[in-house]
Formats: sequence, C-alpha cells, structure tokens
Amino acid sequence: MAQSLAKEFTKGLWAEIPPFRLVLGLCPVLAVTTKVENGLGMGIATTFVLVFSNLLVSLLRNIIPSKVRIACYIVIIATFVTIVELGMQALVYPLFLKLGIFIPLIVVNCIVLGRAEAFASKNGPVLAVADGLGIGIGFTLSLAALAAVRELLGAGTITIWNGVTIFEMGVNFQPFAFMVQAPGAFVALGLMLAGMNLIGKK
Amino acid sequence: MEYFELAIGCIFINNILLAQFLGNCPFLGTSKKMETAVGMAMAVIFVLVLAGVITWVVDAYLLKAFDLEYLRTVSFILVIASLVQFVEMFLKKSIPALYAGLGIFLPLITTNCAVMGACLLNISKEYGFMKTLVSSFSYAVGFGLALILFAGVRERINLAKVPKPLQDTSIALVTAGVIALTFMSFKGMV
Repeated sequence: MAQSLAKEFTKGLWAEIPPFRLVLGLCPVLAVTTKVENGLGMGIATTFVLVFSNLLVSLLRNIIPSKVRIACYIVIIATFVTIVELGMQALVYPLFLKLGIFIPLIVVNCIVLGRAEAFASKNGPVLAVADGLGIGIGFTLSLAALAAVRELLGAGTITIWNGVTIFEMGVNFQPFAFMVQAPGAFVALGLMLAGMNLIGKK
Repeated sequence: MEYFELAIGCIFINNILLAQFLGNCPFLGTSKKMETAVGMAMAVIFVLVLAGVITWVVDAYLLKAFDLEYLRTVSFILVIASLVQFVEMFLKKSIPALYAGLGIFLPLITTNCAVMGACLLNISKEYGFMKTLVSSFSYAVGFGLALILFAGVRERINLAKVPKPLQDTSIALVTAGVIALTFMSFKGMV
C-alpha cells in the first residue's frame, strides 16, 4: 500500500509529468508563463482543483452512473474551480487579475478531467489524492520551469512572488522580448520538450 | 465598419490560438492530417457561434438579472456541454451527412477551451448581442484558419528529416511559434 502510494505520487513528477509527457492542458501552460509568479500561482490553483476533484470523484465512483459520468465530473470540477476563483479574489486579488480568464478555464483543462476519468474513477480516495497531488506538483514545476526560462531570457529577471525578484541579469543584458511574447511560448516549450526527450530516452 | 474592424481584430490580431493561447490541445491533436483539421475547424465554427450567443443570453437575462455572476463558470460549462450534446443529436437525426463529416470532433469540443474562453472573453469585454455574434464567429474563423494553415505546414514536415529529439510534438510547437510570429505582423492593421 505504502509503496503503491509513493509510486502514484512520484509518477507525476517525472514519468508522466504534464505537460511534457502527457501533452495535455497546454493553454494555461503557454499563456501564463511570462513570469514565474504567474506560473506558480496557476500551478497551485490547478493542484488544488486536481486534488479535491480526484478525491470527490473517487468517493462517488460507485454512485455515479457511467452513462452520465463525464457531465458529473465536469460539475464536480466546476464547483472546485468556483471555490478557487472566489478564494483567489479574496486573498490574492492582483494575481487573480493577472491570470484572468485562465482561472475559470481550469474547468476545461484536459489534465483535470483526464485524471478524473483515467485514475480517480477506478481507484480509492487515498490513491486518488496521491495521484492528484503528484500530477499537480509536476504541473506546477513544469509551469515554473518554463516561466523561469521565458522570464529570464525575455525580461532578465526571475520574480517568484508579488514583486520579489530573486535573480536579475547584469545591466549589459539585452532582454530578448520575443520570449515573453506569444511565439516565444511555443518555441520555448518545443525546445524544452526536445531537451526532455534527449535526456529521457536512454 | 465597427463590426468589420472587430471581425478583423478577432480573426488575425487577437487570433484565439496563436495570440490568446486558447484551444491548443485540439490545435496540436487534430493537425496531423488536413482532413481532421478541416473537420475540427467546421465543428468549432458551428458550436462556438451557438455557444457564444446562448451564453450571452444566459449571462444577461439569468445571471446578471439575479446577481448570480459567481455561478458563471458552472453555468457556462453546463450550457456548452448540453449544447454540444444537443447539436450532436440534432445533426444525427436531421443532417446525417454533416454529422458524419464532423464525426468524433463534436463531443471533443466540450473540453475545447477555445469555446469556453471565447464566451468568457465576450462577457469580460462587455459586448452587446450583435458584437458577441460577430466576435464569436470571427474567433471561430480565426481558429479554423490557424488550424488549417498549421495542418498544411505539418504535412510538409512529415516529409522532412527532423532530428530525433525534436520529432513529433516538439517540432510542431516550434513550427506553431513561427506561425504565431507571422500572425504578429498583423498587429497595427486596425
């Protein structure tokens, strides 16, 4: 039990890390990674939804009739997204404004629905929470990594929280504005994926 | 003229795929072949216009009227999911040819964030009914245009010799970046 628990948790961190290994949920990945703080905020919000929706889906898995399961999952997910939305408005309003419509769009993030359908609907609540937490943390780390690359090259800084900059390039550094604009997101993610393939495939 | 500018803006400058980053999963998933790309583009145009109009009506006459804006996320996703289901049943019965053409792309649209995203954008920009109609249609056309262009390019890449780590999704993303770069040059058109 403890072993499989650890396995479900750690697979989200490397073997099935989204969005690199599971190419799902790309929209927030590309859109919010202009700054590390946005990436982290988005990752934490998604993790919250993922853990609680996995838990509830797993608890209700024997009650929900299989014909209407997708609709039920969507309602469960939408409920937690609304909680996150209201919570962020109350606690971290500036971040909420920056992430904009991508917070309500967690509802249609394929990772969340994908885990509910592929994992939580077949496993017990403890394993489902471990899976949600692992995938969520993996997602947060990938967002932060991509955001770090883009922010470092595009603006010359790394901002982790609300204006707290932990790293700044020297004055001679010319920001590479392409990286923080739309095309840079695609190119940076594509090249990181190539890098992962290079390391990962023996 | 106002509507024309809005349409151009939504199709080219604020292209939903390449500038707003919405609907990227089907963008990468259905662009390997031209046929599937065309099917997806048609399905999105069809559903997005309907969804845009219906969510606007729901928002204006139900949510705003009763101060229920906090239920927007839940109600929109339910509207979209049931709309997709309804469209599917309707097409199956009355226009089987179109139904066969759209195939599996129709149910997939429920989780396409381009649809939900465009609806939310219309609401957040406080568009009226006509503007919502025009912008929903233009966003969908922009989606179709980018998807079909990208599918054309990807078919050519299949013939090229790509370095091993870059194969498949990786090279597709880099290519999408180059296409996004060309779309950036539309800035300043309106």
